[in-house]
Amino acid sequence: MKYIIAIIQPDRLDEVMAKLEEQEIHLVTVTPVMGRGRQKGISEIYRSHKEAGSLLRKVKLEIAVNEEFVKPAVDAILEGARTGHVGDGKIFVLDLNGCIRIRTGEKSCPAIG
Amino acid sequence: MLKVFKSPPFWFFAAFLLFTVIATVVAAEEITPAAVDTGDTAWLLTSSALVLMMTPALAFFYGGLVRRKNVLSILMQCFMLMCLITVQWVLFGYSLSFGPDVKGIIGGLDWFGLKGVGLAPNPAYAATVPHQAFMIFQAMFAIITPALILGAFAERMKFSTFCVFSLLWATLVYDPVCHWVWGVGGFLRADGALDFAGGTVVHVNAGIAALASALVLGKRHGYPDKISPPHNLPFAVLGAGLLWFGWFGFNGGSALGSGSLATNAFVVTHVAAAAAGLTWALLDWIFNSRSTVLGIITGAVGGLVAITPAAGFVNVIGALWIGLGVSVFCYMAVALLKVKFGYDDSLDAFGVHGIGGIWGALATGLWATKAVNPAGADGLFYGNPAQFLIQFKAVIITAVYSFVVTFVLLKVLTAVMGVRASQQDERIGLDLSQHREAGYTVLE
Repeated sequence: MKYIIAIIQPDRLDEVMAKLEEQEIHLVTVTPVMGRGRQKGISEIYRSHKEAGSLLRKVKLEIAVNEEFVKPAVDAILEGARTGHVGDGKIFVLDLNGCIRIRTGEKSCPAIG
Repeated sequence: MLKVFKSPPFWFFAAFLLFTVIATVVAAEEITPAAVDTGDTAWLLTSSALVLMMTPALAFFYGGLVRRKNVLSILMQCFMLMCLITVQWVLFGYSLSFGPDVKGIIGGLDWFGLKGVGLAPNPAYAATVPHQAFMIFQAMFAIITPALILGAFAERMKFSTFCVFSLLWATLVYDPVCHWVWGVGGFLRADGALDFAGGTVVHVNAGIAALASALVLGKRHGYPDKISPPHNLPFAVLGAGLLWFGWFGFNGGSALGSGSLATNAFVVTHVAAAAAGLTWALLDWIFNSRSTVLGIITGAVGGLVAITPAAGFVNVIGALWIGLGVSVFCYMAVALLKVKFGYDDSLDAFGVHGIGGIWGALATGLWATKAVNPAGADGLFYGNPAQFLIQFKAVIITAVYSFVVTFVLLKVLTAVMGVRASQQDERIGLDLSQHREAGYTVLE
């Protein structure tokens, strides 16, 4: 089992969701987040006072998958989120130690799907 | 059917109805003297409601500009003033402001509890509306003036001290200054100073008090680098829009009638706000490479401030110049002056109301013309330079008095009860520390 965390551009979310759907990956948690990479943020101006390097809006996806779905999930996110510009985001793949479905108490691989 | 007529409740009800009708007719004859003009009264009451709305509008204007942990404290302070100052006003504030003159300085307490302030007009103030209509219109001005100040000490004042300060400020600063400028026998009024709707009484007065309070309270922790930007600009835009709307009552209502003077005030108010908003947007474009939303609404509010003393004395051309000028001066105040001197006028109460108010009061002495209002005076550009000096004197006297009394008052309160929330309270935010409430929930 793997736990995939992806930070993407907010406007790519619909496209990524569609691509995941095509791969029959339905489990996904989405959070609006703030962050920055090497490109830094866009400075804001309030009554002529500049707020330097603020954070940028991003969207974070979290997906728990069994091994055979890791590659399709990563490919779907790459396809959906890539614009080719700086700031497209990152994908992190982590080992997942356990998973329990609260409704049934099922554990591990069967609980994910 | 018959049974109904015989039943005691029916006769009781019928008698009650008859009595009510007779009482109403008698009362109507007693309380409606012929001099009351219904059109004027309708407009003044409408204007009173519009001016009241400006205080919650200001609450949203200011509330949107603070950090999310302090939004309720701003709304609360504004709402508290609506309640607190109203009670002060009907008990003794109105009497101190407009009551029988004592040596040109203050009104007497003869009208304590509105004694003698009835439904018959008081010709000295407004000959065609009930005296109480004039009184309640003025009450709304007394409410919003201390509310303007709170922009300077936002996000750091102890609520208990805020209440005591506001009550004392209304009594020791607003009421006397109001009397000097508008009260019969007030010495600035006798001088011939022109202040149509409160440029000196409201805006210079509050703006200078704001500067004094920013100096006494000191900076917010983390100012200027570690203060987050406005938490909800759409609130600020909503507030500014409603302020603009309410200002038609503020200035239009100050004609105290519904005729041509009210129309002039209404039109020039609108024009000055538009010219000022446009000017600020252009200044932003030139100096910051972008027009900002906060910039255009700040400019519009500045325009409304500046046209306030002039609304009943200048024409549309004068209004355009006043609107253009106010944005230039206020822009310099908030972008340069504040940075240079480093005081934390958190929401630019001094930068907009103080500077804008001073400009407006002086500009009235430049562009006033008797062609608009024969009861007014001509300004410098209409051949009467003396009027500019009269305006200048009124501004200086109001500013010095407001600054000194506000400064001393806050110093005394610092010693007696402390003016600032504790560092810990300021850090967690005034909403939670002063009111045990949160403006927004994160979960459900």
